[in-house]
Amino acid sequence: MAIKEVSIGDISARSAAAEGEFKGDHLVVNMGPSHPATHGVLRLKLELDGETITKCEPVLGYLHRGDEKIAENMTYNQFVPYTDRLDYIGPIHNNVTFALAVEKLAGIKVPPRCEAIRLLCCELARLQSHLLGVGVYAMDCGSITAFMYTFTEREKLYSLMEQLCGARFTTSYTRIGGLMRDIPDGWLGNVRKVVDEMEPVIDELDALITRNRIFYDRAYGLGVITKEDAIAYGLTGPNLRASGVALDLRKDDPYLGYENYEFDVPIGSTGDCYDRWLVRMVELRESIKIVKQAIDNMPDGPWYAEEAKKIFAPRKDKVMTSMEELIQNFMIVTEGPQIPAGEVYFEAENPKGLLGFYIVSKGGGVPYRMKIRSPSFCNLSILPKIVPGHMVADVPVILGSLDFVMGECDR
Amino acid sequence: MSELTDDLLQAFPYLTTRPSRDWPAFDCPPEHLLAFLQALREEYGYDFLSDVTAIDWYEESPRFVVVYHLYSIQQSRYIRVATPCVDDNEPSVPSVAGLWPTADWHERETYDMFGIKFVGHPDLRRILMWESYPYFPLRKEFPLAGHEVELPNEEIAERTGVKVKPAPMMGGPFHSGQTGPMSRREPRADDESWNETKPRPDELESFEKPREFRESARKEQ
Repeated sequence: MAIKEVSIGDISARSAAAEGEFKGDHLVVNMGPSHPATHGVLRLKLELDGETITKCEPVLGYLHRGDEKIAENMTYNQFVPYTDRLDYIGPIHNNVTFALAVEKLAGIKVPPRCEAIRLLCCELARLQSHLLGVGVYAMDCGSITAFMYTFTEREKLYSLMEQLCGARFTTSYTRIGGLMRDIPDGWLGNVRKVVDEMEPVIDELDALITRNRIFYDRAYGLGVITKEDAIAYGLTGPNLRASGVALDLRKDDPYLGYENYEFDVPIGSTGDCYDRWLVRMVELRESIKIVKQAIDNMPDGPWYAEEAKKIFAPRKDKVMTSMEELIQNFMIVTEGPQIPAGEVYFEAENPKGLLGFYIVSKGGGVPYRMKIRSPSFCNLSILPKIVPGHMVADVPVILGSLDFVMGECDR
Repeated sequence: MSELTDDLLQAFPYLTTRPSRDWPAFDCPPEHLLAFLQALREEYGYDFLSDVTAIDWYEESPRFVVVYHLYSIQQSRYIRVATPCVDDNEPSVPSVAGLWPTADWHERETYDMFGIKFVGHPDLRRILMWESYPYFPLRKEFPLAGHEVELPNEEIAERTGVKVKPAPMMGGPFHSGQTGPMSRREPRADDESWNETKPRPDELESFEKPREFRESARKEQ
C-alpha cells in the first residue's frame, strides 16, 4: 500500500484527496509544529487510513535550547532562572526541585520555616499547573467557558506570586540553602482568601464539565493506558496515577516534610482520558487542603540555612556593614556556592510528574554534568502506542489529557 | 554498606561499587549490562526505569559513561548503574529498549547529544537536533557559543541571503571558570569565536552579510 505525504496547506493535494485520487492509499498528515492542540511546538506525523490513524510519530526538538549545556557553564545560583523556563506553567516548583537537588549534594538542611514556605509554593504551583491543565483540556474538548473559569483563578495565583517575589510568571524564588526573601506581611492571609474563593469555582467546574454529556462521550474510554504500559513507558504524575499505580513521591519518599500533612492521592482505574481528568480535579482539592494546613502551621524562625557559610550569600544588611561578609558575598556571586564533589539524583513530584535532576560535581561552583529528567518527555513517549486506532478529532483530547509542556520536554 | 549492596556484590561478581552521595550505585561492565538490569528488574523489584543519561569525562578513558537510574515502586528506593562505553572514539553500549520501552527515547536523546551508539536499539535516530546535524552538542569540546552551520533548508538560506547561520548564543551567557587567578574568574562571556583580541565575524570583510545589510551599504555608497 502506498503512502503519500500531504501538507495541510497544499490545496491541490487536498482537492485530489477529496476527489479520491488517493483511494486505498495511506495519507500522512502533519499536525503541528504549531497547532492549537499541541500546546507548544510539537509535530505529530499521523498516518491515516480513511479517518482512522494507523501510525503516530511525535517529532520533538523545536524548542530545544540546550539547558543542560548552559547549566554546565554557569554557577548553581545563576541557573535558577533557567529552571523557570522548564515547566513554565508552574515555575516555582522547578525552582524548589532544583534547590533541593543541589542541597542534597551539598548536604545542607534548611530550617523548618524555609521548608514550609517551599512546600506552600509547590502546592500553589500544582494549583497553577492543574488549573491550566484542566482548563486547556476542556478547551480542547470544545468548552471555552471552563478555560475562562480556570484562567481567572490562575490570574489570582499570579498576583500572589507577584506579592511574594516581584515576578508574576518567572519567579526564580529559591536560592541554594534558602529563599530569595521571606514571605511579605499579610501574604498568608491573601493566599487563604484566594484558595477559599477557588473552592466554589472548582465545584462549578465539576458541575460544568465532569458530568457533561459531550465531554464524557469524547473522553470516556479514549486513549487507554494500562498499568503495565504506564510503568514500562516511564509515565509519572497524574498520568501514571490515572492508570492505577500509586506512585506519589510526596507519600512514598517524602521531601519538604510532606509526611506531616494530611492529604489523599487519587488513583484512577482504567487509565483513559476521563480518568486523567478526574485525577487532576481531585488533586486540585487535595492541594487546597495542603495549602490550608501549611498556612495554619507556618513555623517561625530563619528562612535560610545560616550555618551554610560557603553556600548561602549573607544577608544584605550585613553585606553593607561588614567587610568579611562583603567578601563572602562577592565570592558566592562570582564563583558560585562551593559544592563538594560527588553525584546525586533527586526527583520531586512536580505537577506534570517526576522532575529529576542528576548532578555530577567535581567540586566548586559549577556542575560538571547536569541531566534534567523531564516528566513531559517521558509522558509523550506513549503517544505512538495509544493514538493509533483513534480518529484525528480524538488526538486533541488525548494530548489535552496528557498535560505536557514543550519547554520541559525539549529543554 | 547496606544489605542490598552486599547481596548484589555477591550475586554479581563483576560489579564494583561506585562512590555516590545518595543511593546505592554500581559500575557494571557493558557486556553484563543487560543481564544485570534484567535481574534487577525481575528479582529485586526495580521495575521503573527513571532515567538514562551519559557523562563525558573528556580527557579520561573510558571517556563516556552511561548512567541508568532505576526506581522500585514497591520499596520506594532508587539504584544507580553506570557502564563505561567500549570505545572512546566510537562509543557504544547495549540498548535496554527491549526491557523498558521508555529507554527508546532516552537512548535516542543520549545518542543525539553525545553520539553514543546503542547496539540493538530499534530506531536510533536524532530526536532533538535535526537529522543531518553533524555535531553532538553535549560533548565537552562543543563550544558554548555553538558551531556555525549551514542552514538546514536551502530555501530559507536563499531567502535570507545567508548561507551560514551565526550560532544563536554568540557573545552568550556568562561563565565563571574554576581555575586561574581571581581576575580571570569573574563571570564573563564565554565565546570562543570572538573576544577582545579577535574581531567579531560580522566585522570581518570576508563575512558574507545578509542581503538587506548589503543593499543598505550599497545605497550609502
